[in-house]
Amino acid sequence: MKLSALLLVGLFAGAYTVAAQAEMDVKIGVLNDRSGVYADLSGEGSVIAARMAVEDFKAADKGIKVDIVSADHQNKPDVGSSIARQWYDQDGVDAIFDVPTSSVALAVSQVTREKNKIFIDSGAGAADLTGKQCSPNTVHWTYDTWALANGTGGAMVKQGGDTWFFITADYAFGHALERDTTALVEKSGGKVLGSVKHPFPGSDFSSYLLQAQASGAKVIGLANAGGDTINTIKQASEFGITQGGQKLAGLLIFITDIHALGLQVAQGLVLTEAFYWDLNDSTRAWSKRFAEKNGGKMPSMVHAGVYASVLHYLKAIEATKSKEAPVVMAKMKEIPTDDPLFGKGQVRVDGRVIHDMYLFEVKKPSESKGDWDYYKLLATIPAEEAFRPLNEGGCPLVK
Amino acid sequence: MFTILGIPSQALFGQLLLGLINGSFYALLSLGLAIIFGLLNVINFAHGAQYMMGAFLTWMLLSYFGIGYWWALLLVPILVGIFGLLLERLLISRLHHLDHLYGLLLTFGLALIIQGAFRIQYGVSGLPYGIPVTLAGGQNLGFMFLPNYRLWVILLSLSVCLATWLLIEKTKLGAYLRAATENPTLVQAFGINVPRLITLTYGGGVALAALAGVMAAPIYSVNPNMGADMIITVFAVVVIGGMGSIAGSIVTGFALGLIEGLTKLLYPEASSTVIFIIMAIVLLLKPAGLFGRRV
Repeated sequence: MKLSALLLVGLFAGAYTVAAQAEMDVKIGVLNDRSGVYADLSGEGSVIAARMAVEDFKAADKGIKVDIVSADHQNKPDVGSSIARQWYDQDGVDAIFDVPTSSVALAVSQVTREKNKIFIDSGAGAADLTGKQCSPNTVHWTYDTWALANGTGGAMVKQGGDTWFFITADYAFGHALERDTTALVEKSGGKVLGSVKHPFPGSDFSSYLLQAQASGAKVIGLANAGGDTINTIKQASEFGITQGGQKLAGLLIFITDIHALGLQVAQGLVLTEAFYWDLNDSTRAWSKRFAEKNGGKMPSMVHAGVYASVLHYLKAIEATKSKEAPVVMAKMKEIPTDDPLFGKGQVRVDGRVIHDMYLFEVKKPSESKGDWDYYKLLATIPAEEAFRPLNEGGCPLVK
Repeated sequence: MFTILGIPSQALFGQLLLGLINGSFYALLSLGLAIIFGLLNVINFAHGAQYMMGAFLTWMLLSYFGIGYWWALLLVPILVGIFGLLLERLLISRLHHLDHLYGLLLTFGLALIIQGAFRIQYGVSGLPYGIPVTLAGGQNLGFMFLPNYRLWVILLSLSVCLATWLLIEKTKLGAYLRAATENPTLVQAFGINVPRLITLTYGGGVALAALAGVMAAPIYSVNPNMGADMIITVFAVVVIGGMGSIAGSIVTGFALGLIEGLTKLLYPEASSTVIFIIMAIVLLLKPAGLFGRRV
C-alpha cells in the first residue's frame, strides 16, 4: 500500500513536470522611452518587434507561453531602475529588453545583476555596458559608442577630417561617445580642438554651433542623439556651417531622425547603423511586415535589435528548458546568433554581440525614390572589426 | 578685437545676439501668460501646448493645403486663438469662482491631452519645415553669421511685444482690461461685458503663443514636446518678472535670454538651470518679482 501510494505520488509529480515543461511561462519586459525624444526610435515599435519575434519563433507550438509587458522609463535612471525592480520582484518578469538612454541602461544592468535576471539592451549606446561596467547578466545587442566612433569617426578621418570639435549631450551616452571618438581620432593622428557639453534634452544649439565654428575644426562631431541631433543639424544648416567648409559628423543618427529632418537638410551626412530596412530581401520582407503594424513607419536599428534579441533569448530558453539566468545566459553565449536581420553573429563573453555594421550616406532628394528611401551603402564593416576588441574593454569577465 | 573675461569679443557679441533671439521667444510666450494671469487669474499651463499647436498648424497648412509661412503667420494665431476662445467658454470660465489651483490643474490636464494626441498622430521625432525662401541666407556681421530668419524673429517679436504693450497701456480697450483686472464687479456695473472681455483676452494670449509657434517652426524641430520643454522656462521668466506684469514679462524675457546665452558660453552645463537659480534668488529677495506689485 505504502509503495503504491509513493508510486502514485511519483507518477503525479512526473506528470506535473511534463505539464510544466509543455507550458512554460516566460515573461519579458520591454522598457524604453514611450513619450520623450527616443520614443520614435524605440517606444511602441520595440514592443511590436518583440511580439513579431514571439510569433516568428512559434513559441506557442513549442510549449512556451510568452507574455510581453512594457513601460515608459522617461529617460530617467531612477524611474527605470524602480520599474525594473518592480518587474523582477513583483510581476515575475524574467528578462528586460531594449532600454535606450545609457544612464538608464547602466542602472537597469545593475538591478538585473542584483536580482540575477537577464537584460538584453538594444537602444542604449554606452560601450561601458560591456566594458568596465559589464555584467554576467547583461547582453548589448545592436550598436555601441565604440562601433559608432569606429564607423563614422574612422570614415571622416580617412576623408581628411583630422581636427575635431564635439557638441556633446551631457550624460553617460554623450560622454562615452565623445571619449571613444576622441580616442579614435587621436590614434589616427588627428586632434580634438575642443568640446561643449549641452544639457539633455536641449532645443537651441546655435550657441554651441557658433563655438564649434569659431574653433576652426574641420569636423564637428555630434555626440548626441534623437531630437537633440535633429535640432543641431537643422540649425547647422541655418547658420551656414557646412557651406563654410566644416563637416558635420552625426555620430549616432537613426533613420527616424532622417525622416524628421527631410533629405533637403540631411543629404550627404555619413552615418553608421547596424541595420537598414533596404539591405537585402529578408530585411525588406521583415520591415514591410513591421511597417504594416507600425502605422507605415519603417523600423529603426533599435527595433531590429529587439526582434533579434528576443528571438535569440527564446532559442536559448527552448534549448535549455530553463529560465534560470546563468543557464540561459551560458546557452546564449554558446550558440551563434542567426536571424534574418543581422545575419550570423555571436554573443561574446563580455556580453557584446558581434555582427556587421554599415557605413551609409544620406541620399540627395533627387536620388530618393520615395518615403524611407534614404541611404546609400558606402561600406560594410565586418563583424570582427566593427566592435571593440575583447581585451580592450576592461571587462572583468574577460580573463 | 579685444577680450572680455578672457572671451574674444566676437564670440561674446555672437552669443549675446543668440541670447536675444531666444529671449524673443521667451518674451512672446511670457507676455501671453502674463496677460492671461493678469485678467483671468488663471495660470495657463496649456500655453506650451498652444505654442506647439501653432507650430504644428503651420506645418499642416503647408503639407495639407500648400499654404506657406506668410499666410500661416496670419492664419495660425487666428485659428489657435479661436480654439482658445472655445476652451475658455466651455471649460475655464466654469472655474472663475474657484482657487487658482483649479485653473492650473485644468490647463495642465489639457496640455497633457493635447500633447498626447499629437504624439499618437505624429510621433516625437518631429516634422521638417523649411525656412521661407525670402528669408533664407544670412548676413555676415563680421563677428558672426546671422541668418536672416533669426533677425526677422527678433524684429517681429519686438514689434508684437511693443504693440501689445501699447494696446494695453494706451488704448481705451486696454483701459477696460486693466480696470477689469482691478475690480471686475465695478467695471461690469459701468455696462462693460466683463465675461466677454475675459474670453477675448484668453483668446489673445493663446494667439500670441501660437504666433511664437509659427516663428519657431522653421528653426526648431516641430514636435509634440517642443512646448513642454519651453513652458517651464517661460514660467520662471514670468515669476521673475512678476506675475501679471506686462512690461515685466517682456523685459525679463529678453534679459533672461541674454543671461542664458552667456551661460552657454561660459559654462554650458548649467545653461538649463541658470534661469531657475535666478528665479530662486529673486523670490528670496523680492517675492512679488522684479516688476510685480505686492499682491
